[in-house]
Amino acid sequence: MGQTLVEKIIGNNVNKTVKPGDIVTVDVDWCMVDDIMVPFAVSKFEEMGFDKVFDPDKLVLIYDHFLPATQVDDSRHFRVGDEFAKKYGVKNVHRTEGICHQLMTEAGYVKPGQIAFGTDSHTVTYGCVGAFATGIGYTEMAGILGTGQLWLKVPETIKVVINGKLPGNVSSKDVILRIIGDLTSSGATYASLEFSGDTIDDMSIASRMTMSNMAVEAGAKCGLFAPDEKTCQYCNIEYTDDIKNLRSDEDAEFARVMTYRAENFVPVLACPSLVDNIHPVSEMAGKKVDQVFLGSCTNGRLEDLQTAAKILKGKHVKEYLKFIVTPASRKIYRQALADGTLEILSDAGAIITTPGCGLCCGRAGGILSDGEVVVATNNRNFLGRMGTSKVEIYLASPATAAATALTGFITEA
Amino acid sequence: MGKIFKFYKDVDTDQIIASQYLLYPTIEEMKGHTFESLNADFAGEVKEGDFVVADENFGCGSSREQAPSVLKALGVKAVIAKSFARIFYRNSINIGLPVIVCKTLPDEVEEGDDMELNLKEGVITCNGKEYECTKLPDKMQEILDMGGLIASLNK
Repeated sequence: MGQTLVEKIIGNNVNKTVKPGDIVTVDVDWCMVDDIMVPFAVSKFEEMGFDKVFDPDKLVLIYDHFLPATQVDDSRHFRVGDEFAKKYGVKNVHRTEGICHQLMTEAGYVKPGQIAFGTDSHTVTYGCVGAFATGIGYTEMAGILGTGQLWLKVPETIKVVINGKLPGNVSSKDVILRIIGDLTSSGATYASLEFSGDTIDDMSIASRMTMSNMAVEAGAKCGLFAPDEKTCQYCNIEYTDDIKNLRSDEDAEFARVMTYRAENFVPVLACPSLVDNIHPVSEMAGKKVDQVFLGSCTNGRLEDLQTAAKILKGKHVKEYLKFIVTPASRKIYRQALADGTLEILSDAGAIITTPGCGLCCGRAGGILSDGEVVVATNNRNFLGRMGTSKVEIYLASPATAAATALTGFITEA
Repeated sequence: MGKIFKFYKDVDTDQIIASQYLLYPTIEEMKGHTFESLNADFAGEVKEGDFVVADENFGCGSSREQAPSVLKALGVKAVIAKSFARIFYRNSINIGLPVIVCKTLPDEVEEGDDMELNLKEGVITCNGKEYECTKLPDKMQEILDMGGLIASLNK
């Protein structure tokens, strides 16, 4: 019988054929620790009595949630990280370059077929290049840093097939929100979500990242795309036969197959306060909005900023509305600077911030208060996530966000 | 015997412990803010040996291990839910907080009810009725029996 993509990735790692439900111990290719979790992971690592990191070159430390610091104790996290890096010879430390999930592939770490763990649930993002990647707690991370290994259960696969051409005002964000709505926020728990079909083949890596990033919002363990030529170009590697084989076999067994026609998708919103509370934008049109957020590891990439710029060129956002733009990395920031995108957004009245996680995780740069409404391109609209528990968060695509910023009311692009 | 604190479905880790408290250096300093947005009195009222009972998908959202850690630090003996989000589930076992899947109990008990848990036998008694719980995979039971991942790695 054939194998699914996730079975192949894990099987290659453990050098044997695996099936869903098997419990295996894998050798870890990449570990990512973000600034929030650094002090906790370090203290657990020391409590476990390890005196060296299994391979310092396989650990990447990234400061993003607390950057730039907004509370007096935030910088302690950077200090603890720096001291740990110095003591154990960790060279891969990104102190100001951007959001961890953007950097792990953009900076050339995670490649197709590899296995990565990170101390953040959106580690699933690296599935965009066909890597098995998932979030873990800091105690497990400390264990990997000492041993280089982690046990895991081989997941079943839910295959999502999308064929056809998406309508012009629909992006991969609308697609993944619809899928999460159909699955529910626990519908893919423990499973590998795998995206395929010619609509997916046509998508840029950036668009795929938006979808793998949000796989966890349906509970998935990973969100995978079979690597193709585009992937290899993005990862700066050759498209070899081994990589071509990293796709589910025709006769592989799936727990569930969900099939969609691309033409049937419409722009949607995740309404308060659950990511699976999906409604068409048209249904919510006209609701007054106080703030719009374009950014995050979900939708802070160049194509997202360009989409907004196209809508806002030569215009200005509603006078009472705060339009906050956060590129996902410095590289993206510089690209958007060079091609004029940031100038258009700035002329339109955008508040452009440094790359980081601040607003998405409710710590900085646009926190809202009781009764306010925000349309945001990030991945979670949980109660209280971006301010008080009386803030209404609507998750949307970059196009919907930009169209809404222009009118001050929820607006379909 | 402990008291039940009841929650609904899809309780996410931001509700258990919000991100603005994650900069506190210790779990002890964080624990007073547990479930703050859902039940501001929880941290003050919960006692050693009490239980959290919830519907489907408890602990969804972020990977923050602080979520099970604050529950354990407040003395919560176990979390019983119809289902759990996977990272929360793993984290709980790793820090030695029993997480128990039971499909029927959450619908049949109320906030404030007393219940008793026999973890070894996997049996809960509440309001005179016995409930059987789903068993953990062997690998996880082994870690939990040893008191968590650190103890298990140090064995």
